[in-house]
Amino acid sequence: MHKRVLVVGGGIAGIQASLDLAEMGVEVFLLEKGPSIGGRMAQLDKTFPTNDCAMCILSPKLVEAAAHPNIKIIANAELKSLDGEIPNFRAKILKKPRYIDEEKCTGCAICMSKCPVKIPDEYNKGLSKTKCMRIPFPQAVPALPIMDRESCIYHQRGKCRICEKFCEADAIDFDQKEESIDVEVGSVIFASGSEEFDAAIKDEYGYKTFPNVLTSIEFERILSASGPTEGHITRPSDGKEPRRIAFIQCVGSRDMQMGNEYCSSVCCMQAVKDSVIVKEHLPGVEATIFFMDIRAFGKDFDKFVNRAKDDYHTRFIRARISAVEIDPATENLIIQYNSEAGSLIEENFDLVVLSVGLLSTAGIRKMAARFDIEINACGFARTSSFTPMTASRPGIFIAGTFSGPKDIPETVMQASGAASAAASLLTELPIRELREELPQEFDLRGEQIRTGVFVCRCGINIAATVDVPGVVEYASALQGVVHSQEFIFACAQDSQKLIGEKIKELKLNRVIVSACTPRTHELLFQKTLSSSGLNPYLFEFVNIREQCSWVHQKEQEKATEKAKDLVRMAATKAGLLEPLSRMSLKVNKGALIIGGGVAGMVASLELSTQGYEVFLVEKESELGGNLRHVHYTLEGEKTDRFLKSLIAKVKKDDNIQLYIDSEIREIMGYVGNFHTKIGNGKQTTNNKPRELEHGVVIVATGGEEYQPSEYLYGRDERIITQRELEERLTKQQSAIDKLGSIVMIQCVGSRNGQYPYCSRVCCSQAIKNALKLKEINPEVNVYMLYRDIRTYGLKELYYKKAREKGVIFIRYEEGEEPQIEAQNSKSEQQASNGEVLVKAYDPILQRNLVINADLVVLSSAIRARKENKILSQMLKVPLNADGFFLEAHVKLRPVDFATDGIFVCGLAHYPKDVSETICQAKAASARAVTILRKDEIEAEGRVSQIRKERCSGCGLCIEICPYTAIELEEGERVAIVNEALCKGCGACAASCRSAAIDLKGFKDEQILAALSVV
Amino acid sequence: MAEFEPKIIAFLCNWCSYAGADLAGTSRIQYPTNVRVVRLMCSGALDPLYVYRALIEGADGVLIGGCHPGDCHYTNGNYKARRRVAVLKKILQEFGLEDRVWLRWISASEGQRFAETVREMVENVRSKGPNPLLRL
Repeated sequence: MHKRVLVVGGGIAGIQASLDLAEMGVEVFLLEKGPSIGGRMAQLDKTFPTNDCAMCILSPKLVEAAAHPNIKIIANAELKSLDGEIPNFRAKILKKPRYIDEEKCTGCAICMSKCPVKIPDEYNKGLSKTKCMRIPFPQAVPALPIMDRESCIYHQRGKCRICEKFCEADAIDFDQKEESIDVEVGSVIFASGSEEFDAAIKDEYGYKTFPNVLTSIEFERILSASGPTEGHITRPSDGKEPRRIAFIQCVGSRDMQMGNEYCSSVCCMQAVKDSVIVKEHLPGVEATIFFMDIRAFGKDFDKFVNRAKDDYHTRFIRARISAVEIDPATENLIIQYNSEAGSLIEENFDLVVLSVGLLSTAGIRKMAARFDIEINACGFARTSSFTPMTASRPGIFIAGTFSGPKDIPETVMQASGAASAAASLLTELPIRELREELPQEFDLRGEQIRTGVFVCRCGINIAATVDVPGVVEYASALQGVVHSQEFIFACAQDSQKLIGEKIKELKLNRVIVSACTPRTHELLFQKTLSSSGLNPYLFEFVNIREQCSWVHQKEQEKATEKAKDLVRMAATKAGLLEPLSRMSLKVNKGALIIGGGVAGMVASLELSTQGYEVFLVEKESELGGNLRHVHYTLEGEKTDRFLKSLIAKVKKDDNIQLYIDSEIREIMGYVGNFHTKIGNGKQTTNNKPRELEHGVVIVATGGEEYQPSEYLYGRDERIITQRELEERLTKQQSAIDKLGSIVMIQCVGSRNGQYPYCSRVCCSQAIKNALKLKEINPEVNVYMLYRDIRTYGLKELYYKKAREKGVIFIRYEEGEEPQIEAQNSKSEQQASNGEVLVKAYDPILQRNLVINADLVVLSSAIRARKENKILSQMLKVPLNADGFFLEAHVKLRPVDFATDGIFVCGLAHYPKDVSETICQAKAASARAVTILRKDEIEAEGRVSQIRKERCSGCGLCIEICPYTAIELEEGERVAIVNEALCKGCGACAASCRSAAIDLKGFKDEQILAALSVV
Repeated sequence: MAEFEPKIIAFLCNWCSYAGADLAGTSRIQYPTNVRVVRLMCSGALDPLYVYRALIEGADGVLIGGCHPGDCHYTNGNYKARRRVAVLKKILQEFGLEDRVWLRWISASEGQRFAETVREMVENVRSKGPNPLLRL
């Protein structure tokens, strides 16, 4: 038997794990209990912090999963039992009836339009109606209808069968029965998710009693163009546009009464995002967020919060709301809260949104018990910091919110990591070869130009600004265009199918899609062309979203003009496009991993386990990176032991070539074929080759602790950093246990004007050390001066514990940072009387405080390494404004770069804790294996081409080419291009004096043609 | 009379400036509609011919966007662009058009800078008036 894995749960976690496994050559059974994969992400309107439309980025993944020959989606099904062990699990799956024959159904949805029975639409959280026979949502995968037996007239009363009458495919099957499916797999990934907190339980907020109180997921649906109000924000009671909207945070999270002490991690950013989106829909609206701490701990989150405050005027009010009242006359909602100064304030809102938490329900606990998966105190699957995707039962891995609340990128990382872990168990088994049979390409010779233009509304993302029907009509009159039409979502599976059908039916030989950006969606459409027999390069992408509708939101007419111009340019260029072929390139099976910290080591071991050679390069003389300075985790696990065993494993692994005291001098080449020169720092003890050949690169260069210049750091020995405190707590407790008063200051070097990001781990680290101090000496006074406590997820439990143990938390505002005065700087031994004075303003007491401190501990920021700049230039990958590596997509490609074959993990990407680092390292190796496991990959088809008859053999292009991809042909005096080396930059084409070089796909004549119709 | 609306052609490199323009979109940073983007793989792939053609066809301004020095996805294409544009501008001086062609470095993380560049260029070209070649 070949490698096989069962993935339980078809949300973004399950989809990502399936796609990675499938690309690694593993056959995947993707089990989903609902009628379509997509999970909660499919219900979101936009995603933070980039406001990308959730469906737009998810839909290509849905389509990819459905089309992948290694993935079998089993939707509307449940896992009944799971017996056996690695690598022989036997899963019994119960597939519930859809009442349609999936083989026959074409997904035309006529049954849905004819079905006379209306039922509440679950996808829209019951805010609108759908049919008893319905396709769950427009982009659903599988794109098949499902019948609700309970409301079907025929099933209940024996009459109707209208759907059957109209179904031309004869696909309706009223007698369909449950089907039992048995699969044998080597391991299992549970990505079964979590539930939303049921807001009705907290009846003081009036959910379900007052019509204008909604949950955050309901509000997402209202914001969405495919939602119940088509993106028009109205309130349920009277359909009027709200002017004042309140968001109440922590509904069912951080709530002891409800038994949910943890933080749900995502709701703060979701509310901030919604406050921004709502303002874009309704410029006059005022959004207010009632919160306890704003937990904007992710990459670029704080910048987004700042924008919400400054540009969108979202009001942030720090208050826990105890109840929502209604004004019966207007059905407005009344909220009373205590201002921080203590006065009682009452405000009136048109709409209240409850930010409901993520929850493990009794059902989830029962399911876990049934499959022998241990859960933790909060009801989520138990994992450890060092094995963050491993369940208690061997052979079972966890991805997504089943192991605790987390946002999309973290979910995706854990999912890729789980895929890697699952595949690592099955190395003995053969892979399943992908056989994607593409139809023969049409022969276009002698054919007239027949262009099809497809214009996407993108819900209302495009259509609210650009007159899409107008563009469609305009396009239809352009030269060569034989077909034009619009889609609500061009990226949806049914749209892809329709494009394919149109290509065949109308013999289209050029396709133009006018939608979002080619940078994210070109590949999807090119695949559709390929699978319809059309060469994928006979395609033009027109960007009318990122570069039109989104940037000209108030200029509908001019934006429409622009869209028409761009379509006209594309149509003119399209007529000159030619079919191109892609060359196959051999893949070198080695991996270069830069950085020997925990990220680099975990990635190395993972790749080694899967049988690949690893070159691990560390610039220092020992392995371990930043984890050498972390001695225990917040959860109390010992890091030292973990690190020691990790280093030992790496050192004795035969597949890992270790280069310590070494640095990268040069990296050349491309995916599958990199050449790297290693330079030695201090030592030259070994005789290993200094020039390496490898197929992929993983960047795991870590980060560094900020050395504060503020708070007298470095000028007084009683002022130390959190890392120095941890060192002392571990190695010289005697210096600590006599201290009477310790002040910790948070956000030192973080969240300021110059570095507007949160370092993510400092709150947890400070609380961890505060608890340790209290453990050593319960009498010690620990004061923590903070701005927001960001103990996200289950870390919140330790924040609570710290409060219980008597740690005193005092908040300060940006601009009112604490002041430090050292009375007289003495040596540490003498300074036991607390002569450092810390002055702070307490906003609750409304007065200045002076704390006598024996020790001041600064929670200093994590900075990007300065060397990142050099490495990013060598690799040609970008950094973000704070100097961290910038991934290909912040939501769905958190470890990839836009450049193929290069991946990132650990602090090089953004500050994170050890468990998140391990997740990301394993994710990076999973992504790397998707390349390494192939013997060949296809090169880019857009490469340079020499017109021999024009070439004078002057050799200028040879000098110009940065990749030495051009040489003079022997004997003849003409240049030739090595397509394997050519990266398609076009520098040679622009330099050629004889106009003898073309960059295929960007030929001069094609570009000039487009310019001629500007 | 309605205000003169200049038409600007922007040649943007795929990896930095085009991505920067996309970021302006995802960040919803608003800027004037006057610009029409032509995507190139690299600013180094810009044949000066494209600029001439754009001006001859009636563009009132041409923006060329590339990666910041040192950041080129193809090692040094942006340096090639810089040299070519310098020569190109000398030729354009003969026609008084040199100030209508702008070369700017805009990275993938600079949505704001892209939007500001467009705004600034539209205002600047507007003040210059229509492309004089059109009167010929």
